[in-house]
Amino acid sequence: MKRFVPMFRKELIQMRRDRVTLSIMIGIPVIQLMLFGFAIQTDVRHIPTVVLDESRTPTSRDVIAAFENTGNFRIVAHVDGRVELDEWIARGDAQAGIAIPHDLPRDLARGTTATIQVIVDASDPLSSQAALSAAAGVAQVRNLAILSAAANRRTLPLETRVRPRYNPGLRSPNYIVPGLVGVILTITLVLVTAMAIVRERERGTLEQLIVTPITRTELMLGKIAPYVGVGLVQMTTVLLLGRFVFDVPLTGNVLLLYGIAFIFIVASLALGLFISTLVRTQQQAMQASFFFVLPNILLSGFMFPRQAMPVVFQWIGALLPLTHFLRVLRGILLKGVGVPELWKEMLILMTFALVLIALSVRRFHKTLD
Amino acid sequence: MVAVRDLNLTIAKGEVFGLLGPNGSGKTTTIRMLCGLLEPSEGTAIVAGVDVSEAPDQIKERIGYMSQRFGLYEDLTVAENMDFYGGIYGLKGAGRRGRISEVVQFLGLDRRLHQLAGTLSGGWKQRLALACALMHGPAVIFLDEPTAGVDPAARRAFWSTIKTLAAQGTTVIVTTHYMDEAGRCGRVALLSQGHLIALGTPDEVATQVGGKTLEDAFIILQERDEREPEA
Repeated sequence: MKRFVPMFRKELIQMRRDRVTLSIMIGIPVIQLMLFGFAIQTDVRHIPTVVLDESRTPTSRDVIAAFENTGNFRIVAHVDGRVELDEWIARGDAQAGIAIPHDLPRDLARGTTATIQVIVDASDPLSSQAALSAAAGVAQVRNLAILSAAANRRTLPLETRVRPRYNPGLRSPNYIVPGLVGVILTITLVLVTAMAIVRERERGTLEQLIVTPITRTELMLGKIAPYVGVGLVQMTTVLLLGRFVFDVPLTGNVLLLYGIAFIFIVASLALGLFISTLVRTQQQAMQASFFFVLPNILLSGFMFPRQAMPVVFQWIGALLPLTHFLRVLRGILLKGVGVPELWKEMLILMTFALVLIALSVRRFHKTLD
Repeated sequence: MVAVRDLNLTIAKGEVFGLLGPNGSGKTTTIRMLCGLLEPSEGTAIVAGVDVSEAPDQIKERIGYMSQRFGLYEDLTVAENMDFYGGIYGLKGAGRRGRISEVVQFLGLDRRLHQLAGTLSGGWKQRLALACALMHGPAVIFLDEPTAGVDPAARRAFWSTIKTLAAQGTTVIVTTHYMDEAGRCGRVALLSQGHLIALGTPDEVATQVGGKTLEDAFIILQERDEREPEA
């Protein structure tokens, strides 16, 4: 391994001299974090809503207020007919409509079932889900009040008390930011190393290099080693910004997190190298990396829960290092767990790293064709 | 497709040996096979006493190679490139520094040490490439069209360097299609369409092919190639 050091130093000098790439590698985490942290909120609130109140009584105004008070609905207009209400939703100026029939007070007084219609634009599933459950909630609260008054009970027969552990405020950043550490590392490190070998091939420097006694392992390890540092800097940037800008907790052992992150970084770099041995040009390397990054974002559990996916996609997700690293990130940062809970993930990540290094060393031939 | 067929050559230590031939005649392929960059489908090559296909890594300790295209890092300085190749060839500490200053002296690179390799002119690039290929004091050095894109003065200086190297016992194998350069070789082999056409001193080769000078021989050969396209 005596030729590892000169290779490593050469890569370091080149990295330092390529200011543009270097600032992109550090700039990407900051920009991504701001985008994801501020823009992406999975809890949908303040859905623009139109109201058709045919009843226009204190009772109906009461019901409308109840809807507004959930915080999920924001009344943007009152309309006079069904056609107009539909138009609002069709135009997209409103995503929900509440229609209160004129016989609402009469039905309530009589004790027959009164119906309030809630129309939801379900072309956006996330916000329509929020609207549906909020609407159901409004009715339920009302029903309970009316029924318990009728039954003369002041307490409820049954109640569920839900305790949201580890993220009691149900805040999106607590979920997004730890995941973002893994996503950023995957995107930048895979891409950068995927270009590494092909760049030398394209520039003609590989030809000069492979007539020297350098071994494949020395070459590969020397190439990826400087980027381990880049990965650790990126991770620190995101964690610090997450802590101080988005108030994301660092509950567990941060040292352990860095230890496991090191394994994950090596696995990502090795994967990039592997891509590098499969392609012929830098452009192909870039395309291949993007092709790989997409399933990482979709299937790893970064944004969408894996439990909701068909089994086949859960399997595919399990083949991505990011999936396992996300469990480590959320486990340590939010839940504060340690090795006893995470040893399986550590083992899996280590296997990924070793297998991928072995594969790329095998694939890379020290000949020109 | 076969690029080189039935080529038998024996080259002595300290010889300056030229591989000549038109484009596509198999010069570069031959050199690449001798360096272990390409694997021959048949046959053996013994370079500096080592069988290339049996010990490809051992061979690399004993040879230097300069490709047609500048193969060093343009974003490193002259000194950094040499330091890198010194390290890759296993030189360490004081030994490496000593060897680098030796090579720098030999090739007159001292005033360019801190210039980025990408900003060097063709002639200086070629010297730097030679410097890196000589870092480990190889027994055999392969130069693939070393003077392409280099001005005449620099070419002359380069050839006197090559003569010095050979006088010190380094075997030099060089491809070229400049006939004046071919004339400076001790012996030359003339290749055409992957076959050996003539072998000997420049004068011998010229007469073997049926021309007065090497240049005549070369033109005769090229015309013959154009008449009988490859089977």
